[in-house]
Amino acid sequence: MSALETLGKHIEAGLAHEVTGFSVARGELTVHARADQIVKVLTFLRDDSECRFRTLVDICGVDWPEREKRFDVVYHLLSMHLNQRIRVKVEVDEETPIPSVTGVFSAAGWFERELWDLFGVMVSDHPDLRRILTDYGFEGHPLRKDFPLSGFVELRYDEEQKRVVYEPVELMQEFRSFDFLSPWEGAQYILPGDEKAGATEEPE
Amino acid sequence: MASVVQKSDERRIRNFHLNFGPQHPAAHGVLRLILELDGEVVERADPHVGLLHRGTEKLIEHKTYLQAIGYFDRLDYAAPMNQEHAFVLAIEKALGITPPERGQYIRVLYAELTRIMNHILNLTTHAMDVGALTPILWGFEERETLCEFYERASGSRMHAKYFRPGGVHQDLPPDLIEDIWNWTEKFPRVIDDIATLLVENRIFKQRNVDIGVLTQEQAFDLGLSGPMLRATGLAWDLRKAQPYDVYDRMDFDIPVGRHGDAYDRFMVRMEEMRQSLRIMRQCIEEMPEGPVLTEDRKVAPPRRGEMKRSMEALIHHFKLYTEGFKVPAGEVYAAVEAPKGEFGVYLVSDGTNKPYRCKIRAPGFVHLQAMDTMLRGHMLADVPAVLGSIDIVFGEVDR
Repeated sequence: MSALETLGKHIEAGLAHEVTGFSVARGELTVHARADQIVKVLTFLRDDSECRFRTLVDICGVDWPEREKRFDVVYHLLSMHLNQRIRVKVEVDEETPIPSVTGVFSAAGWFERELWDLFGVMVSDHPDLRRILTDYGFEGHPLRKDFPLSGFVELRYDEEQKRVVYEPVELMQEFRSFDFLSPWEGAQYILPGDEKAGATEEPE
Repeated sequence: MASVVQKSDERRIRNFHLNFGPQHPAAHGVLRLILELDGEVVERADPHVGLLHRGTEKLIEHKTYLQAIGYFDRLDYAAPMNQEHAFVLAIEKALGITPPERGQYIRVLYAELTRIMNHILNLTTHAMDVGALTPILWGFEERETLCEFYERASGSRMHAKYFRPGGVHQDLPPDLIEDIWNWTEKFPRVIDDIATLLVENRIFKQRNVDIGVLTQEQAFDLGLSGPMLRATGLAWDLRKAQPYDVYDRMDFDIPVGRHGDAYDRFMVRMEEMRQSLRIMRQCIEEMPEGPVLTEDRKVAPPRRGEMKRSMEALIHHFKLYTEGFKVPAGEVYAAVEAPKGEFGVYLVSDGTNKPYRCKIRAPGFVHLQAMDTMLRGHMLADVPAVLGSIDIVFGEVDR
């Protein structure tokens, strides 16, 4: 059994109620946890003598719109004492807030602000939950899969009003999203020009 | 009458809010820092970032893996190739391929060259922020030489897009390697010159020693990495601890500081330049002959000459630059020791030719968060010194 699996077993034993499972893939350990227990999980990982993951490397979100709990929130931790990395993954939906881990790692502050800003994942008990990367007064959460790449508003300096004005996006050319996946393997939709091919015949 | 007196008293003790930036010359880009001042003492610092937000992560989700490399040059534009390095390592990890040895050596050589490039920029602008103008003039002459080495390898001075999954794009011309070698021989003198101007300089020390001190405990809590962490005395370097490419064959030391102040960070970076030179020289000495890019035609394009003769090579080229390659579904995290700290890429693939999610973990983002902790109780004039010492570039902070 590899060191990562031993570590995974140890964590699973220490957090029987909080952790739902672990996996080792490509030399990386991923622990799946319950979202409402994340503070306890990270505290355990930080303080346990066989873990000592004392550095929070990163918090990020992943959006899976087709899932019931659409967001994965991924915590990356690093243990400089053991020279080991770990990934903790929890699932949340749009409405339920996730507890803030700023009490465990101060570094979480901005990462959670980013999570809120870009994905709209609510964070409870956060000391200062504001948007961080997007514009002042921005609406929407840009890294969600249903947010268009071109966005909704564009801005320019208006010479007459002598200020920056916001306007709905107007593209000079239609937005082109090329699909280079092979039509023999990938395409799950009707190809352009191929509309009649598979269609069921409708009586006129 | 009494109320008027009371009111003016109140006004006198109210803290002063100062907007530092976003157009301040010492803000190293577009940082808007809101400072709450009690007289000249900083009570609270609230950095507003995002003024350079370009939505890199969103854009990458709409590009094939090869197209996305270019975005990494534009993150931390003071050290482009280190970022590319993290991304290609992540792709390689997901694909399970290893580049040929010569390719790995060239990557390490250029990663270290980039580190020197970055440190020249940071150290000399830091010195300028606290009042020394000469180092930047001397340093930039050398930096320009390095940009030329970039251009001769990749065709571009800054946005190289040189590292590719499976190696590097082109082999280095032999005279370029010779020129880099000659440059490594004369560059230590420039470091010494800059050191004589700054290291024992009374004004420089007064501005930096015991400024922005962070302890090791705080460093863990705030998630610091790179020179910021090493200045607190912790010898942690991903090149040693979790070596990638051929770093495990390199012989170099990790400089550490003792006090975790701005001066120690400066000194750590000064020594890192010398260590980078050592690594570069070892790379050049040990570099084997052979291919620089993997022969796997599903990942790397065929050579131009091959395409003139072989139909299959032509098809591979066409498929690679239209469809790209597919990465098996799953997730990887790859990190490199970028000049500023741990630069990581978390890649989630859904098995198609585009990343499903690509999270960029930038060291500057984490370090800037520590500004508030570092600045409390310092004078307004220390703000540029602290900002200079954390080595901030907004391309990577704002993404």
